[in-house]
Amino acid sequence: MDIMELDLLPIEDADQAPKRIGRARLTLRRFLRNKLAVFGLCGIVLLILIAIFGPMLTGWSFDDRDKLSPLKPPNSSHWLGTTQVGRDMLALTLRGMSRSLIIGFAAATLSTLLSSVVGTASAYFGGWVERVLLWITDLMLVIPTMLIIGVLMRGGVSGDLAWVLLALLLGLFGWMTTGRVVRSLTLSLKNREYVLAAKYMGLPAWRIILRHILPNISSLMIVDLTLGVGYAVLGETGLSFLGLGVQAPDVSLGTLISEGAVLVPTYNWVFLAPSVVLVFLVFCINSVGDGVRDALDPSSQSGGVVGGKPRRGKGREDVPAKGTGLPGGIGQAGGATTMSEDNTPQGGAQ
Amino acid sequence: MSLLSVRDLNVTFPSEAGDVLAVRGISFDLERGRTMALVGESGSGKSVTSLAIMGLHPDLVTISGSITLDGEELLGKSDAEMSKIRGNRIAMVFQDPLSALTPVYPVGNQIVETILIHNPGTTKRDAWNRAVELLTIVGIPDAAERARAFPFEFSGGMRQRVMIAMAMANQPDIIIADEPTTALDVTIQAQVLEVLQRAQAETGAAMILITHDLGVVAGYADEVTVMYAGRPVEQGTIGDVFYHPAMPYTIGLLGTVPRLDHKSGDPLPMLEGNPPDVVHLPPGCPFVPRCPMAAPQCEQVEPELTAVGEGHTAACVRLSDVVGRAHTEIFRPPPLERTSLAAVPRADRDTVLELAGLHKHFPLLKGALYRRQVGVVKAVDGIDLDVKVGETLGLVGESGSGKSTTLLEILELLKPQRGRIMVLGRDTAALTKAERRAMRKDVQVVFQDPMAAVDPRMPVFDIIAEPLQEFGWKKAEVEARVFELLGLVGLRPEHADRFPQHFSGGQRQRIGIARALALSPSVLVLDEPVSALDVSIQAGVINLLEALQHKLHLSYVIVAHDLAVIRHISDRVAVMYLGSIVEIGDVNTVYDTPVHPYTQALISAIPIPDPDVERARQRIVLEGDLPSPSDPPTGCKFSSRCPKLALLAPAQQVQCQAEAPALEQIGEGDHQAACHFAEVLKVF
Repeated sequence: MDIMELDLLPIEDADQAPKRIGRARLTLRRFLRNKLAVFGLCGIVLLILIAIFGPMLTGWSFDDRDKLSPLKPPNSSHWLGTTQVGRDMLALTLRGMSRSLIIGFAAATLSTLLSSVVGTASAYFGGWVERVLLWITDLMLVIPTMLIIGVLMRGGVSGDLAWVLLALLLGLFGWMTTGRVVRSLTLSLKNREYVLAAKYMGLPAWRIILRHILPNISSLMIVDLTLGVGYAVLGETGLSFLGLGVQAPDVSLGTLISEGAVLVPTYNWVFLAPSVVLVFLVFCINSVGDGVRDALDPSSQSGGVVGGKPRRGKGREDVPAKGTGLPGGIGQAGGATTMSEDNTPQGGAQ
Repeated sequence: MSLLSVRDLNVTFPSEAGDVLAVRGISFDLERGRTMALVGESGSGKSVTSLAIMGLHPDLVTISGSITLDGEELLGKSDAEMSKIRGNRIAMVFQDPLSALTPVYPVGNQIVETILIHNPGTTKRDAWNRAVELLTIVGIPDAAERARAFPFEFSGGMRQRVMIAMAMANQPDIIIADEPTTALDVTIQAQVLEVLQRAQAETGAAMILITHDLGVVAGYADEVTVMYAGRPVEQGTIGDVFYHPAMPYTIGLLGTVPRLDHKSGDPLPMLEGNPPDVVHLPPGCPFVPRCPMAAPQCEQVEPELTAVGEGHTAACVRLSDVVGRAHTEIFRPPPLERTSLAAVPRADRDTVLELAGLHKHFPLLKGALYRRQVGVVKAVDGIDLDVKVGETLGLVGESGSGKSTTLLEILELLKPQRGRIMVLGRDTAALTKAERRAMRKDVQVVFQDPMAAVDPRMPVFDIIAEPLQEFGWKKAEVEARVFELLGLVGLRPEHADRFPQHFSGGQRQRIGIARALALSPSVLVLDEPVSALDVSIQAGVINLLEALQHKLHLSYVIVAHDLAVIRHISDRVAVMYLGSIVEIGDVNTVYDTPVHPYTQALISAIPIPDPDVERARQRIVLEGDLPSPSDPPTGCKFSSRCPKLALLAPAQQVQCQAEAPALEQIGEGDHQAACHFAEVLKVF
């Protein structure tokens, strides 16, 4: 064959990209491989559904008092028994659970928001902004949070809206540690070339933070949010247990456990139902949190084994070979993993 | 029997998409005292092979085949058994000396540890003395003293010497050097390679040299194995592979490297496309999609290595057609449309960027509560440059010489600490905030690391559209412009919807270039634009940059540590040392007749990918590291390392150490240098 003919041979396009697995799909798949996390997710969904629809099925409202049957063990009318004043335990537990869940999610969302704002702003702007924000963060880290919340709760709103204040305070006092982590991640992202490029393109700072920095630490924020719910629920129950949280007649898991604690030796059902729900709830939330973290972390072991079942899709994924599971994200701040070759000559400079 | 014998080695990793066939059937023999180079692009399985020999793969990885050391099978040994061999009979020198030493122990202790573990009978005192002796051999000054120092007290090159000393500690049979000099400056690379050779001579070990730098291979290897997609595609002696390559991939690889010793002015021949995905390999030769010689029979079976000559094998179905063809017959360089500007002499062109007496000093602070200034780092210490329209200026020098700081100063468009920056005739000091923002359109940047240069969370369209949206373009215009830019940099419209992780390094670099060009800048600042790319991909990006320059009359300011790339792409070059320009001028004049001793040493340190030329060269190896920019030597800053200083008369030496030389005109043309005793020296 002549050279001229050779040139006419069709050269297959090298980047006829095979169908790739999307990032969301990949994360979901890794998450689903963690059985405990899936169990936890089902548990949470179940609890939320029960919290919403359960009260319609029990027949009793949480503030009803069955004066004829105080402190009755579980029976056909009161499935989980009654309290000293004849309130239905099932209705109370469901109400307490939904309060605890709402407070947990609200407080965690608030603290995640605060930590991302403070963390990114302090790292990105530097200078006096950083100094003031760090000063506030450190100050809040050293004050006894629970005590302050307790004092503020005493002097604050009482009655039905106490839970709103409680959620607010739990959120306001829970962001500092994450805020510092966000700050250090932002510091390493700040000098990433795409952030510099955006800056030299003329983008204002807030736009760079919103478009280029926050999305790239979002995996941390998601993990923080899930784990934060668990902490907030525990914080709420702790405070309510001490009488500093949700105020009667409103109930939460904490107030229920506190009421039941004195009766444990004789009337254990009053204590048992809310505490079992609390343990189960926090367990579910934390296993979901762990599952999310592992699914987002390319170095975890959720990548499967050699000779594993052929999976759907023909895409290629570079996770073990090149360590690019989390492109440019927090997982590979160093840029190089043990097996990568031909790294940049001056790479790894952080 | 060979010292090390590898037979049909296969290494497989698990992954989401299926099994990654990282190494597929490599075999080789290595004799005592010989050096074999493993060459190939990223992902071709070089490092994976060496880790398999060391037994360093995690349990998830499946390894089959056979690796024998002196007849003893290594595969299947437990980690505990391998620990007795590692560091004792097989030693490894890693790429990154920063992370290969434990930061919390003095380096002497780390060498002592290696010795004691494999020689339980040795006393601590003897081991310590041996450690000091080893450090002396690898050229650490005051070894007895420095052995007590911690890794962070050493520079990169010094750390790599310590690594080599550690590798030598137990007289190993084999030293595996995985990219031992990639993280180092060229001047330091020359020092370290020399030490590595000394270590090999001292221990009589065989060496496996893994590198992507064909120049290093040409200078140091006896045998070469070229790998592609996990398979060896060509094996032979250094002469066979460099002068009579038989596999088209090897031919392409050798031809795409820009040469340091001459300038062609034509585009580089290109090896198009990207290495294949080793998860779903189609049947047939994996190189088919990139091979200009591909024929239908190539797609049927993957070729085995067949003999081309004595001890020279290659894997290609069409060997008989390929052998004997010149490189340019197979890989044609793309045509280049030259600009009308080329005819205009430099003096008549407009100046787009001008730096006059630019200074950038960083204060050196100390103390936790009250931070007081204890010194000043003179990162950029008074430089003058001008860049004309359609011209490329290359900045070269070791890291720490102030190249990148200069680029950042230009990009900030602020009033410099001292001196002046003029962009398109306007002084940046006099700009208002709005004017400065508008001027950002004229000066854009392309960064080094294609992994980090584009936001991984944004699709390509958004990445390229971002500067346009920022400057208030209308939606329809933005769309049209993005597709125009994609075409300009050689990407296809359907690429717009994909995320950066779906692209190879070279393509990502193209995305970065498209984004930089979006606002039609006049000056493009390029910070190591190709240094993170594989050799074959590099040529494509260089050609693209050249084509764009001719088409759009762009001016480039480019920083690169690869002097061969600079020679190929630049019109003028400025050599920087500790924040000052020591030599500047037309690129061919500076490379062919360098007069400053630093330029001479720098050029001489770059290995040339041609074994005969490379081995016949006289190399000027600089002593020591770059002095701290906070405490530069008095007089000529280079005087502390100048190889010429020792040859001068005492009175002249005093002049060098007392009086800083200024840039002076050399000869007739565009050539200036700052040396009291400038003199031309041939370095090739």
